[in-house]
Amino acid sequence: MKKILQNKTTRTNLTTYALVTVAFLVLQALSSMGMLTSSVNGYLVPVCVYIVLTISLNLLVGVCGELSLGHAGFMGIGAFSGIVAAALLQSAVPNGTLRLITAMIVGGILAGFLGFLIGIPVLRLRGDYLAIVTLAFGEILKNLIGNMYIGTDAKGLHFSISASKMELLEGGTYLIAGPKGATGVEKLSTFSMGFVLILFTLFIVLNLINSKEGRAIKAIKENRIAAESVGINVTAFRMKAFVVSAFLAGMAGALFGLNFSSVTASKFNFNTSINILVFVVLGGMGNILGSVISATVLYLLPELMRGLDDLRMLLYAVVLIVVMLCTWSPSVKGWIQCVCDRVKGLFHKPGKEAVSNE
Amino acid sequence: MKKVFAMLLAAVMVAALFAGCGAGSADANTIKIGMTGPLTGDAAIYGTAVKNGIEIAVAEINEKAKAEGGLKIEFKAEDDEADGEKAVSGYNVLKDWGMQVFIGTVTSGACNAVAPGAVADQMFLLTPSASSAEVAMAGASTFQMCFTDPNQGASAAEVISLNWADATIGVIYDSSDDYSSGLYEGFKAKAGELGLNVVCETSFTKDTKSDLSTQVTQCKDAGADLVFLPIYYTEASQILTYANKIGYAPTFFGCDGMDGILGVEGFNTALAEGLALMTPFDANATNEATQSFVAKYMENNNGQVPNQFAADAYDCVYAVYKACVAAGIDGKTPAVDACAALVKQFGSMTFDGLTGSGMTWDANGMISKAPAAVVIENGIYVPMG
Amino acid sequence: MQILQYFINGISIGAVYAIIALGYTMVYGIAKMLNFAHGDIIMVGAYISFCVTNYLGLPAIVSVVISMAVCTVLGIVIEGLAYKPLRGAPSLAVLITAIGVSYFLQNAAQLIWSSSAKNFTSIVTFAPIRLFDGKLVVTGEVLVTVLVSVVVMFALTWFTGSTRTGKAMRAVSEDQDAAQLMGINVNRTISTTFAIGSALAAVAGVLLCSTVPTLQPTTGSMPGIRAFTAAVLGGIGSIPGAMLGGILIGIIETFAKAYISTQFSDAVVFSVLIIILLVKPAGLLGKQVQEKV
Repeated sequence: MKKILQNKTTRTNLTTYALVTVAFLVLQALSSMGMLTSSVNGYLVPVCVYIVLTISLNLLVGVCGELSLGHAGFMGIGAFSGIVAAALLQSAVPNGTLRLITAMIVGGILAGFLGFLIGIPVLRLRGDYLAIVTLAFGEILKNLIGNMYIGTDAKGLHFSISASKMELLEGGTYLIAGPKGATGVEKLSTFSMGFVLILFTLFIVLNLINSKEGRAIKAIKENRIAAESVGINVTAFRMKAFVVSAFLAGMAGALFGLNFSSVTASKFNFNTSINILVFVVLGGMGNILGSVISATVLYLLPELMRGLDDLRMLLYAVVLIVVMLCTWSPSVKGWIQCVCDRVKGLFHKPGKEAVSNE
Repeated sequence: MKKVFAMLLAAVMVAALFAGCGAGSADANTIKIGMTGPLTGDAAIYGTAVKNGIEIAVAEINEKAKAEGGLKIEFKAEDDEADGEKAVSGYNVLKDWGMQVFIGTVTSGACNAVAPGAVADQMFLLTPSASSAEVAMAGASTFQMCFTDPNQGASAAEVISLNWADATIGVIYDSSDDYSSGLYEGFKAKAGELGLNVVCETSFTKDTKSDLSTQVTQCKDAGADLVFLPIYYTEASQILTYANKIGYAPTFFGCDGMDGILGVEGFNTALAEGLALMTPFDANATNEATQSFVAKYMENNNGQVPNQFAADAYDCVYAVYKACVAAGIDGKTPAVDACAALVKQFGSMTFDGLTGSGMTWDANGMISKAPAAVVIENGIYVPMG
Repeated sequence: MQILQYFINGISIGAVYAIIALGYTMVYGIAKMLNFAHGDIIMVGAYISFCVTNYLGLPAIVSVVISMAVCTVLGIVIEGLAYKPLRGAPSLAVLITAIGVSYFLQNAAQLIWSSSAKNFTSIVTFAPIRLFDGKLVVTGEVLVTVLVSVVVMFALTWFTGSTRTGKAMRAVSEDQDAAQLMGINVNRTISTTFAIGSALAAVAGVLLCSTVPTLQPTTGSMPGIRAFTAAVLGGIGSIPGAMLGGILIGIIETFAKAYISTQFSDAVVFSVLIIILLVKPAGLLGKQVQEKV
């Protein structure tokens, strides 16, 4: 046991699991006691969704070093397929939790499959070109979903890309109605399921990173040519990471879609992709615990700044820039170090031994 | 590690802070009204117009209450960036603040995300401008101050068939916007019934609206002599400018979203001459209420002329206020009870405001008011013959 | 005739994308960063020009000069405060900072100029040319935009090819460390690049809003993404490539709208982009860099 704990990776991973579990238990307890305000209660599921999205994108961006700007597209696929699946299973599976799980799996598989299809051509590209192609795919997906009509009636499922061609029988309902998106969605998502999804994601991603394949992926990121030369099948590994990432994003999307009464395709745009990317970079590239924390903090930050009214998003931007400068800029870092030392010096002047003992 | 914990601690602390400030001090004489709308981002024009409209009504009511005694209003607006997710957060924040009546949200997409929750919470919801039919249908306690899209689209078709029966019609709509596509669907169904001659239907999306020249050219080539524009005035001003540039001069016909086009800064209003639109509100109306509202609005907002968003929002406050006074709701009434009482009031009351007189609501919460078709002549709205 | 009109419409918007893409490609080629705030500098440029003509009543050409001056200063300040300290940091860190700057500019613009849309008065005053009884219309904006973008393209090619500063830029673009060793002031060269890029953005802003008159705090973001796409399509870093990419994207977009579907034009444009990149992974005119082992 001791030996296991001495391994730094294992320790960090266990900390991650522990932190998430403790946070969940505390919040769940508070929530069930009715101690949380409606706003905090409202944040619980979206935070889970963004944590999963951030971890899954981190697998791609941080661990593999592939910049993707279309993550929200996979989320959107997951959201809409999840909503359709949940609606279709309404009579077959009366249990809400079971239906949510099925919807998440359907959303995940569909997004993963699409990730695979997209991955075949896309993964031939590298760097900024890969980024622009993922951006393009995200926009195409948004464009298609935003003009898609899916409805059910007595005759079964109908699909069309034009409102006028959809002729539903009496009593039929639209599940997805073009720009209106999905409306009147039954709210199935719960905080507990969000937590389970986070654990699942952590399990998959951490295992993947620490496995033999994970080391191969790291090798590819560090030096692709060297990795290739020692016989690592670069494309296969990149594809694996891409599909897993899309799959998890799809599951998170389904959780997201079933948490709101209405979801529109325009939600899954470039800005959302960029937001998730910001969470990843601020949490630290390849740092999973960092992703969990940064997704939580950065999601809540604009919400907590609501009191500032007009200045809210302006200050969010400033925080973003300042944090980036503080973490990455050598000169600013040096300057902060200098200030910190001075402050420490002021406090500890009389007892220098105390400082050295610490 | 330390840094991580510090960050987490900070987050928890702020969250705890939030948990602390619930609906503590309720003043019996002040009702709390909340609103969410896009105050930043793409759709911020509409959200800010609604907020400004509400603020004027609230200030008027409070001033009067101060002088003569009576119920006061405390108002709070939250930003939702026209996004369902943010709108739900904003709504929850307002609920924690102790909101009794919800005026919002501004855009249909966001409202569709909030409305079912509000119905479940039994929070009275009156939206100034979320016009999709789903909003009213969400439940018994959701009401609209604006026309419902399909209905308005249908009445547009009727007005066109009355006045331009032989016209060849082109339509340019925003297929990524539910307001615009809702109007278009309603129009199309009715136009088919009435046998209107629609020669060209074309659309744009939120992402491609920066260039609308192709769509105008399409209408021109199809030989449309009346172009129906079920879109907002920002894009419409762009279409009018381009049509003028290429020497294309059909009759343009818009809906309530077109109101405000004369107030676009830098827009050559001469281009809007002859533009027909259906609007519940006319900033140049000579009645005293409208004039005082317009004067106050312009004074508060650097001379910006209010549009129907602001006017509908202003009416919302007065309608809610009237109903609250009639039902005896005060600052101590829980939102649930207020909701039940307000639903009853709105089901039976008749309301006169800036956007119409004798307005009533049906059981679904849809409004009935007369859409006035007007034509712009010499920079003002003239009722259509 | 109809097809010709769509072609001209396509060139019109394409030339605007091209001139934005030129700015993108300059900065990317030399500083190796995706400056996502470029679209928002365009927006600021357009607002400045709008204010100068509408509030101060100065002639259009003066407004362009003032707007260029303001944007140049803005570009240098942004570069100095937000990007320069990150020299040597991973490119993603710089990318996120650029996104922060973009948010900042948009929200600051909303506070200063409010969210209500303004209708930009075109700087081009001469009447459109009508051919074939008005069936084919070439607006003055098209002529001016195409002319300006071609001039800018040649000027930039000449500048990077023949002047001392331009050569320094190319050296920095090839290898920053080696350039430094040769006595080139890398920091100053990159700042100059930003200054030029931002001045170009001001011109692009004025031309964009002359073609498409709606001016809002978010005006720059969508054309910014389009232009970025155009720059990649043409081969990012390549000046003639940006021009070609911009015009192509404009024409494809217009034809997709006219002949395929206005609703799915986005999907068509981006699909074409993907297909082209699969055939030519470095863009149409980009250099295929051989990786060193």
